[in-house]
Amino acid sequence: MAEQVYGIKTPIRLDYTYAAGEAASRHLRALADGKLLGQRCPECRKVYIPPRGACPTCGVPTRDEVECADTGTVTTFCVVNIPFPGQAIRPPFVAASVLLDGADIAIFHLLQEVDVADAHMGMRVRAVWVPREELRPSMESIRYFCPSGEPDAPYAAYKDHL
Amino acid sequence: MREVAVVSFAQSSYVRQELVRNEVEILMPVIAEAIGKSGIRRGDIGFTVSGSCDYLAGQPFAFVNALDAVGAWPPIRESHVEMDGAWALYEAWVKLQCGDVDSALVYSFGKSSLGDIRDVLTLQLDPYCVAPLWPDSVSVAALQARALLESGRYTERDFAEVAARSRRDALGNAAAQVASDRDADELMREPYVVSPLRKHACPPVSDGAAAVVLAAGDPARSLPGRRAWIRGIDHRIEPPSLGVRDLTASPSAALAARNAGVHAGPVDVAELHAPFAHQELILRDAIGLDASVRVNPSGGALAANAIMVAGLARIGEAAQQIIDGRARRAVAHATSGPCLQQNLVCVLEGG
Amino acid sequence: MARRCAVIGIGQTKHASKRADMSIPGLVREAALRALEDAGLTWSDIDAVVIGKAPDMFEGVMMPDLYLADALGAVGKPMMRVHTAGSVGGSTAIVASHLIEAGVHERVLTVAFEKQSESDAMWALAPKIPFQPTTVAGAGGYFAPLIRAYIRRSGAPADVGMMVAVKDRLNALQNPYAHLQQPEISMETVAASPMLWDPIRYAETCPSSDGACAMVLASEAAAARAPGPPAWLHASAMRSEPTMFSGRDQVNPRAGRDCADDVYRQAGINDPRREIDVAEIYVPFSWFEPMWMENLGFAEEGTGWRMTAGGATAMDGDLPVNPSGGVLSSNPIGASGMLRFAEAAMQVRGQAGAHQVDGARRALGHAYGGGSQFFSMWIVGAEKP
Repeated sequence: MAEQVYGIKTPIRLDYTYAAGEAASRHLRALADGKLLGQRCPECRKVYIPPRGACPTCGVPTRDEVECADTGTVTTFCVVNIPFPGQAIRPPFVAASVLLDGADIAIFHLLQEVDVADAHMGMRVRAVWVPREELRPSMESIRYFCPSGEPDAPYAAYKDHL
Repeated sequence: MREVAVVSFAQSSYVRQELVRNEVEILMPVIAEAIGKSGIRRGDIGFTVSGSCDYLAGQPFAFVNALDAVGAWPPIRESHVEMDGAWALYEAWVKLQCGDVDSALVYSFGKSSLGDIRDVLTLQLDPYCVAPLWPDSVSVAALQARALLESGRYTERDFAEVAARSRRDALGNAAAQVASDRDADELMREPYVVSPLRKHACPPVSDGAAAVVLAAGDPARSLPGRRAWIRGIDHRIEPPSLGVRDLTASPSAALAARNAGVHAGPVDVAELHAPFAHQELILRDAIGLDASVRVNPSGGALAANAIMVAGLARIGEAAQQIIDGRARRAVAHATSGPCLQQNLVCVLEGG
Repeated sequence: MARRCAVIGIGQTKHASKRADMSIPGLVREAALRALEDAGLTWSDIDAVVIGKAPDMFEGVMMPDLYLADALGAVGKPMMRVHTAGSVGGSTAIVASHLIEAGVHERVLTVAFEKQSESDAMWALAPKIPFQPTTVAGAGGYFAPLIRAYIRRSGAPADVGMMVAVKDRLNALQNPYAHLQQPEISMETVAASPMLWDPIRYAETCPSSDGACAMVLASEAAAARAPGPPAWLHASAMRSEPTMFSGRDQVNPRAGRDCADDVYRQAGINDPRREIDVAEIYVPFSWFEPMWMENLGFAEEGTGWRMTAGGATAMDGDLPVNPSGGVLSSNPIGASGMLRFAEAAMQVRGQAGAHQVDGARRALGHAYGGGSQFFSMWIVGAEKP
């Protein structure tokens, strides 16, 4: 007797060419230059990084460029324990929200050179860049953030960004 | 039913491939223009709804980023359909009937240039038995064109006449992508892309966005400027299997037109969402539009076909004809799915 | 101006990690046929179909409403497809209800589904798209930092999350449709499960399920002819806020608070904790229960965890939450929101069987999606509003 067929595998392959967008392109080119570029909203004056070309609350174009420092404060974080596709490093590792000095919104990146158990909110960190010749238009130009050695930022400095 | 009007319409200039700006950056000035022309403050818009498609964008949750173009703060009443913006407009029309809001912003966007659109649209077909054969969207439309020719009602030359007229009219539309003055003789010399469709009978691939602002009742009347009242709106769907449908007719368009009350009055102009030239002929017959009706003065989808946008743009273009005083009563149509599977018809009137 | 709307039929599938016994049309019809039967109707009695689901990459079918038109008896009718990320199941029901409230239709079939086993769900949720900041930590990695922030803000004891997981999975044992059936679950087994994204353990996360949910919504006149007791719609609302903006509170999002305020106002509710009898809310990771208790105004900010810890949200508590087992027990992503709305309706119709909350007269259905940014909610009651 023939075996019952309950399903078939039908592979799908579609190729897409993505455009970063004008604002993202400027941000990415700045990363290739070792810089962190954000944009300030003309109405609420907040600095957004990565910049999106528009202020999400005001809905207006954001054209003023602002360079942010590559130091910042960990606002919150989590410890990743599970392996999953596309992962760059073996778990356990810390993924953190970092509020760069000069920015009004945190970016998400890896936290290394610190014991997983020692990661904490308020920690001061600085970016560890790839060697100059490896800089490229990608957030991966920053390999990770590591403790900067400064004393912790007070809760008040980052509590609005949790 | 509460009276609802289109009070403004804006669209981007459609292009074959927008390399610099992403969808949000294309959308922002379009929304700003539509709101600006409406006379309603952004913060006073009662409801926001959009249309877009993840497979078109090549990423899940494609509509989420677009919220940045709207400025959703304080939080807004907002919804989204994975359909052409014409159906987002329908959702807004229904919401306005409920009476708790008086105005709505409707927008849609899409970059058909990101993937190979002919193959992307193949994924609309039966995933078990049809899509794995990868019949692309032009080939599927060609099946319908062939059926129409075999019915004896129209010829390939009729397709060329539709294309020639549309692209000539598009010369007068600043937003149009494909506009030219070439007659049917010249077009008939083009080779087939997929027989019996030549290039001129197929839509262009377009990137773009459109937005419409709706207002209801007395609040609509109190706004400055003219408006186009929606006198009737309806949409219907047919079976997905091409083999069980009469591809030379469009019963869902005919039914939607009847329910929308197309023939309750004279029709000056019709904007029909016919991506393929032969589909305009089918739709004219289905909706019942004779030679006295000006069809697609904008150039229609043959001049610009941003998937997810082109249907909403037809409604906007028809409304604009009325707002500009070039028509008193108009029909707008939008379609979705292979070979005109799903159709929406909207009747607009000045006043 | 809005007319009354009632739920007169409800159906759902048995949710499972892989429904290999059904094609996509089979899955949605299983739920739709149950809803029609419950309403005493056939396909031809339905005026319109409103379907909702999450991203199409979960099945590899673009705009599957087109493909499902005849499977759902929609030929010749209006059909719409809603997509509002995780809140979609709820939004879909709300869009359907507007068709009744606006007087456009008399009977609307609304369906939400996901057959995510057909594709790769983890990939579909977050494929690597060029130029987008990558979620270095996976889906749960987005929410774990928020939960950590909630724990810090509220001072909640570390085991509150585990209590939610145990409660919801035990509730699921009384729900024959629920995906996860875990009679052995306890605080010990949850504590022993692997830590995925500190503080979320494996046993505190939602499963990946195939499933569908369907309801028949009706006008007052049509409801009068229905065989069973209707669940009357007392309120509905949707709110959205941007994914990321400076100063955004993702732990207690304003869109959620505004949405809740709106439904309470519509329903004439001043003291939700006392006036709502049961709540079906969207809890994909355990700690969202205490967080949503606060966001929904059932508890003061910082005290939601006390409701969980004190047993208020248990089946015998004063505000049972997720008697169905919730998203933690079944998660066909596109359907989960509608399951919350449907389970709320089942409660006030007295139809929830072994997980019925005695005397439930008013229930809240809640769904959220995206980065805690899209909210849809409804309140249903046994009485006409």
